[in-house]
Amino acid sequence: MAINYMNPLFEVVRDPDRCIKCRVCERQCANEVHHYDPDLDRMISDETTCVDCQRCVTLCPTRALKIRPNENQFRENGNWSQQIMDEVYKQAGSGGVLLSAMGNPREYPVYWDKILLNASQVTNPPIDPLREPMETKTFLGKKDQSISYDENGRPVFEKNPYLELDVPIMFSAMSFGSISKNAHESLARAAEELGTYYNTGEGGLHKDFYKYGANTICQVASGRFGVFKDYLDAGAAIEIKMGQGAKPGIGGHLPGMKINEEISKTRMIPKGTDAISPAPHHDIYSIEDLRQLVLSLKEATNWEKPVIVKIAAVHNVAAIASGIARSGADIIAIDGYRGGTGAAPTRIRDNVGIPIELALASVDQRLRDEGIRNNISIVVGGSVRCSADVVKAVALGADAVYIATAALLAMGCHLCRSCNTGKCNWGIATQRADLVKRLNPDIAYKRLVNLVHAWDHEIKEMMGGMGINSLESLRGNRLMLRGIGLTQKELDILGIMHAGE
Amino acid sequence: MKKVYVNEDWCLGCHLCEYTCAAANSGAPDMIKAFAGGKKPVSRIQIEESSTVNFAVQCRHCEAHPCVKGCIAGALSVQDGVIVCDEEKCVGCYTCVLSCPFGAIVIDEGGHKIRKCDLCTRNSQGEPACVKACPNNAIVFEER
Amino acid sequence: MNYVIIGNSAAAVGTIEGIRRIDKTGKITVISDESYHTYSRPLISYWLMGKVTDKNIYYRSPDFYEKNGVETMLGCRAAKIDAAAKSVVLTDGRTVPYDKLMVATGSKPFVPPMNGMDKVASCYTFMNYDSVKAIRSEIKEGAKVLIIGAGLIGLKAAEALNEYKADITVVDMADRILPSILDAQAGAIMKKHIESKGTKFILGTSVDEFSEHSAKLKNGDTVDFDMVIVAVGVRPNTELVSDAGGKVERGIICDLTQKTTLDSVYAAGDCTVSHDASSDSDKILALLPNAYMQGEVAGRNMAGAETMYLNAIPMNAIGFFGLHIITAGSYDGEEYVEENGNNYKKLVFRDGQLKGFILMGDVKRAGIYTSMIKERIDLGDVDIEMLKNHPQMMMFGKARREEKLGGIYR
Repeated sequence: MAINYMNPLFEVVRDPDRCIKCRVCERQCANEVHHYDPDLDRMISDETTCVDCQRCVTLCPTRALKIRPNENQFRENGNWSQQIMDEVYKQAGSGGVLLSAMGNPREYPVYWDKILLNASQVTNPPIDPLREPMETKTFLGKKDQSISYDENGRPVFEKNPYLELDVPIMFSAMSFGSISKNAHESLARAAEELGTYYNTGEGGLHKDFYKYGANTICQVASGRFGVFKDYLDAGAAIEIKMGQGAKPGIGGHLPGMKINEEISKTRMIPKGTDAISPAPHHDIYSIEDLRQLVLSLKEATNWEKPVIVKIAAVHNVAAIASGIARSGADIIAIDGYRGGTGAAPTRIRDNVGIPIELALASVDQRLRDEGIRNNISIVVGGSVRCSADVVKAVALGADAVYIATAALLAMGCHLCRSCNTGKCNWGIATQRADLVKRLNPDIAYKRLVNLVHAWDHEIKEMMGGMGINSLESLRGNRLMLRGIGLTQKELDILGIMHAGE
Repeated sequence: MKKVYVNEDWCLGCHLCEYTCAAANSGAPDMIKAFAGGKKPVSRIQIEESSTVNFAVQCRHCEAHPCVKGCIAGALSVQDGVIVCDEEKCVGCYTCVLSCPFGAIVIDEGGHKIRKCDLCTRNSQGEPACVKACPNNAIVFEER
Repeated sequence: MNYVIIGNSAAAVGTIEGIRRIDKTGKITVISDESYHTYSRPLISYWLMGKVTDKNIYYRSPDFYEKNGVETMLGCRAAKIDAAAKSVVLTDGRTVPYDKLMVATGSKPFVPPMNGMDKVASCYTFMNYDSVKAIRSEIKEGAKVLIIGAGLIGLKAAEALNEYKADITVVDMADRILPSILDAQAGAIMKKHIESKGTKFILGTSVDEFSEHSAKLKNGDTVDFDMVIVAVGVRPNTELVSDAGGKVERGIICDLTQKTTLDSVYAAGDCTVSHDASSDSDKILALLPNAYMQGEVAGRNMAGAETMYLNAIPMNAIGFFGLHIITAGSYDGEEYVEENGNNYKKLVFRDGQLKGFILMGDVKRAGIYTSMIKERIDLGDVDIEMLKNHPQMMMFGKARREEKLGGIYR
């Protein structure tokens, strides 16, 4: 056997005084880290396959387990970190592209954390959201461009299709295939109860979930999986996916082993075949081409549904957004470089794209400058982690946000970033029947509802503190924001002043 | 009457219910102590597993209660709808094991007496320990 | 309503509890020739072993009669039933009138005539509390005991007396032990197990002649003893009913409501004939669960309900020296057998159904098999490999599991 240069990333620490050898860890680990040795009468660990998903730790009834980073270290090197070395070893062994999952984990600046919110004192009193009405309802779509009146002097409204959100938060695209059916059901039921929307991703819509259509955004991606008339008609909106924050410029690849009976039916591809989404849409090479697809989809659905165009936040995002705002689309969704994924080439995920905070600020500003901001609503995603991020996003100009990683966490994800293995121990990013059943939608949907309700309460608290009683008054209100520890250039892009100014 | 029900769609076969049941009825204050020193207290709930299906079985507290009717020692009785065993009276003849159509009556660690689910009415759990322990709400305690 | 019950064991208690489910106030009188509070007959061997205390031999709590409004006439023996006058005449001449009568008289030990029996100084049967009390008062550590009969009662006696370090010899005419519940193969395992605990067997022969402290056997052996226990079988107590004109065959004949052929007279327990659903034949099922359930059905019917006792089958749960046996049904059919040390399993199939089983050693969850026999489950929907492997609900289809376990399904 050749030498395996790989160093196990984690260490399983088992307290023998606590372990009762119940073997729950063994049964719950799809990576087969734990096993019971009857001769030794104790539990044994094989750390090489541990991904630190924490399933065993969480379920251990005597809290006998800890997973911690492997203390064994290569010789310290400021340039050649252990991770870089491991990756070299891995590729030297496999000859393959490195794959990763979930969002960019590297320590790039998080601008949300460098922005502070304002609060009212004395002159403009704060509002107590428990005592006074507070509005977080949001409408997404084109705003009326002009006001006209009928012969009786009553205003006549344009009939633009729109989405109505009770909270400014939607669940962003995660395909059936990348996540399990139970995860999809949880999102759908939560969206329904919350009065918001979830997104099918590029995997089509399972027949069991057509009943949640009023709260569903149906995605059309470059692979066109599962796209047909009934699918387009089923949802409340259609999203054209041009790009994804985790892997801008890259297509998708769902391996054939994950294409089981149900996914095959939903995606409309043969069982066991790889589902490959091309990097580009092969019919879109310009804004004019995009416009054709937008209008075609509108035509196909009787002009009743708003169309969203989703792009990854890349260097010239503002110019692209300007084009999209002129394409006939009703909503633009921008996905930052920290957005999650079920699988992406590591180098792409970790090195391509820009932060959503900067992209949002520049897009909003560009559309205002061009006088077309009302043509289109802006939805941002790509690591919106908490209610404060939502408030900051809205103040920077977003109409609403997309969350996915936070939603997965609510369902139990521990960000082990191994979705690509298909062995998600939490029953989320897997199609293995025995793992899928670990996610009971009755529990998971409720947790999603709880999370968004909690954020909504917090959003209202923060708005109230600023003396603002409707989200509409916060939108694009960058005076409510101040930067901390940012350079002048960053402040300029964000369009905010520094704290103390 | 509220009873314990198991939904096999959500049962993971993790066996946490068994260990929790065993500990809860062992008299020990916690699970570590209940199993300390290689002790193996028995569970009154039992997991059945196949490659695709798992579920747990425990006393159904059924109307017919053939276990109570057949008990030669008068150790089993129905109290407020709950079938309970007076373990001091049980002689371990296993007539109830012979009678129970669910196979829900278990034999104690020493093989001398039986143990059975009493819905945690005789320990300090308040509500059935298996229900609290189930990580996936596969076990519920409810009126049907 | 005036209920009278002759007998005070499982069938009688079943009757009382059956009546009280329907009729909370009617007068209930229990007549019993034994003067004890209702006690469990199968516990006498456990009592003799010291595994059951004086307090715990009782089948129901001390306030059982009081709680159920039962008047007792303990130590009184019923001499006859006057069916026309609807009364029971006691041996002391008193009469007890009834509206509904339960005959739960059980059975008595059968002691066949044997040469020289009258010379034996110390001879007992093993049937009731008094008999084990007498044995206990006399037995001495290391005493030599001859047990006639290698059936359930004889071997329970052997197990109990082993606690007194008795030197035990069991003699039986049959060439194997426990023939009523075990086949030859299982019997051999159990025999070896019991022998390993010190009990000796002399099978295929019987006593030719007794003298005071020894028995000469027909095979030529001689067995010395300090005590003899005769446990060759029991005979149902049917005379009260037959004398009153009720139909009696091997036992008292009852319909499915447990009524005898006499008006307002019911019977239950070891004195009656039952219908064995597993072999579709009539026989005496002298089993405590059967007695209780017959009594309970009878009690309900006596109080005006209309219920039937169905699906009775032979079944036994018993253990000797720590080796447990659970058996049920009939053994006539296609067999599946597994033997591994002291573990023995025999499943008997006929007409696409499980008809009987023997489990020895590992008896876990045997009731699942029992229910399959009683309910005549068609094996077409059952996973046979799982069935053979061990009793489990998994072997049934989802629908039956759902019905049985009441799980929620969407």
